[in-house]
Amino acid sequence: MSATRAAAPQARHAAADSARPGRSLPTVVRHLAVAAGVALLVLLVSYQLDSFRNFQLATVAAYLCATAGLTVLTGLCGQLSLGHGALMATGAYTLALVQNAFAERGLTAGGWLIVSLVVAVLATVVVGAVVGVAAARLRGPYLAGLTLAVAVVVPALTVTFDGVFNGEQGLAVPVAPAPAGLGSYFPHERWQLWVAAAATLSCLVLLANLVRSRYGRAFRAVRDDEVAARLAGIHVARTQVVAFVVSAASAGLGGALLAVLAQSVSPGAFGLTLSLFLLMAVVIGGLGRLAGAAWGAVLLVALPDLTHSLTNLFTLSPAAAQRLEGNLPLAIFGATLIVVMIAAPGGVQGLLSRLTRALRARWPVGRS
Amino acid sequence: MDRFLFLTLDGLSRGAVYAAFALALVLIWRAGRIVNFAQGAMAVAAAYVAYSVTAATGSYWLGFGAALLAGLLLGAVVDIAVMRLVDHRSPLNPVIVALGLVLLIQAVLGMVYGNEYLPAQTPFSRTALTVGGTAVLSPYDLFVFATVGVVGAALVWVFTRTAIGLRMRAAAFAPEVSRLLGVNVGGMLTLGWALASGVGALAAMLVIPTELGLHPHAMDLVFVSAFTAAVLGGLDSPPGAVVGGLGVGLLLSYVSGYAGGDLIPLAVLALLLTVLLLRPGGLFAPVTARRV
Repeated sequence: MSATRAAAPQARHAAADSARPGRSLPTVVRHLAVAAGVALLVLLVSYQLDSFRNFQLATVAAYLCATAGLTVLTGLCGQLSLGHGALMATGAYTLALVQNAFAERGLTAGGWLIVSLVVAVLATVVVGAVVGVAAARLRGPYLAGLTLAVAVVVPALTVTFDGVFNGEQGLAVPVAPAPAGLGSYFPHERWQLWVAAAATLSCLVLLANLVRSRYGRAFRAVRDDEVAARLAGIHVARTQVVAFVVSAASAGLGGALLAVLAQSVSPGAFGLTLSLFLLMAVVIGGLGRLAGAAWGAVLLVALPDLTHSLTNLFTLSPAAAQRLEGNLPLAIFGATLIVVMIAAPGGVQGLLSRLTRALRARWPVGRS
Repeated sequence: MDRFLFLTLDGLSRGAVYAAFALALVLIWRAGRIVNFAQGAMAVAAAYVAYSVTAATGSYWLGFGAALLAGLLLGAVVDIAVMRLVDHRSPLNPVIVALGLVLLIQAVLGMVYGNEYLPAQTPFSRTALTVGGTAVLSPYDLFVFATVGVVGAALVWVFTRTAIGLRMRAAAFAPEVSRLLGVNVGGMLTLGWALASGVGALAAMLVIPTELGLHPHAMDLVFVSAFTAAVLGGLDSPPGAVVGGLGVGLLLSYVSGYAGGDLIPLAVLALLLTVLLLRPGGLFAPVTARRV
């Protein structure tokens, strides 16, 4: 935490001082340029990778929406949420219901997916606003406890109301195949990656602009000192609700994208563990930094894959291998979370920026 | 009317366990201003120890004792090896570390025992005795009441009548002054963690046989219910935790009896939300001045 606090005044300074030489481009333009660069990169990479890697990258993009939203809430506004897995479930289930409703009416064209995604985000915004209004009145362990309850209870609701959500089995999500214009041999996974990357990049551009805006500064002010923020004319509760709603919208988009990728939703995928995973991802990546959220999202997808190849190195009985495979990533996640929190509270991105600062201090290059 | 009586008694028995678990949360909160989100996972770990010991020796009571011992040890280890190293300046940090512990403990349990429900034994029958044609309490319910009552009384005795209890209260109330007076503040904190974790293990031993069985996630919903109970009574108040626990137990029993067991999670969430919005300090909290 101390690392993020130390970094905050600099960031605020940089945001306010857009007239500084070398930073004359407006923030929006800069963010759009970066996003365009990343989009181009993804486009190129998607032709190089095989289908499975494309799918994994698409999953990273889906998680990135949720982790970016969570890092804005927890890192910038100082509110801990353990309920983002449940918010992702809200987005995913809404998307599934809307897509199924469209499919029943024969609206199977790919363009309707955009409508479904928007509806999914809107539904999550409503849920996020309800939780956020309650959350704005709570602090520390109370907030954590309430959001933990949300994370435990919401997946259970799918079983309670199994007429709508079809219980443990979940729902299938009909998704249109890649447009015919791309050729009949176009891999479906590459198309999935394009869809996920497009949605995630637009989400990230919006978040990055928000972080650099008046609202972002208000978030940080509220995080650092609520009384001082109030004295400065910031409406603390409203700011916290806005942060929660924005964060919920991102999580809802992430969940909806996951549903599109998996083409199904089931409560098992959105349990308490997912919420803890998201928190772990943003903490390990570095709280309050969008780049840290990207590290975390990559880790969420890469670590299970790594442990899978690791367990394959040993010859184990099938039962033992199955136990190990499901649980080893969790154990590593948990242990990493504890170690990072104790040893390097700034996370990966904190270490990186400390490293670059140290390097720059030794060899000053051009920029002062 | 019979049904109401049955549900009330069943709710009280369930509530006694929530009360014990909430008491464990309150103990750590009073000692170190930390809500131990890993309490459920730690308690389940102790229950798994009991399962192994019972399977090896065939004696329920040896397993019961082993669970309590494992709970005490685990609490002390968690405090010394993890919590003491955490930077407590931001209240987020201990919460996040506790959640890391949850992931770690549940994963290790899953690796060793598998993610299936294992059957949990009870020392006494769970069929209700009938008094005058009305089903009332089972012998197991009586055992639950007796155990929770004895533990509660023992805690009260330790904290109010013994020197070590006085030291623990002093260490929590004014750490610096206590240190000047020669109290081993860190040791008292560790002892508090051990006691709380032991009580948590006891609650897990009592509640798991009444639910689906032993599972790494068996205490997730119990934790949320007990947290609700602790908040209902006020996190600072041990009597509040007991009253809150009994209240939550009664409510959940009525909900599952009259509206259906599926609604229990929703009822817990609704209750927690209501309490936090109406009286975030709990029913027994004195009105505090706002800290600036």
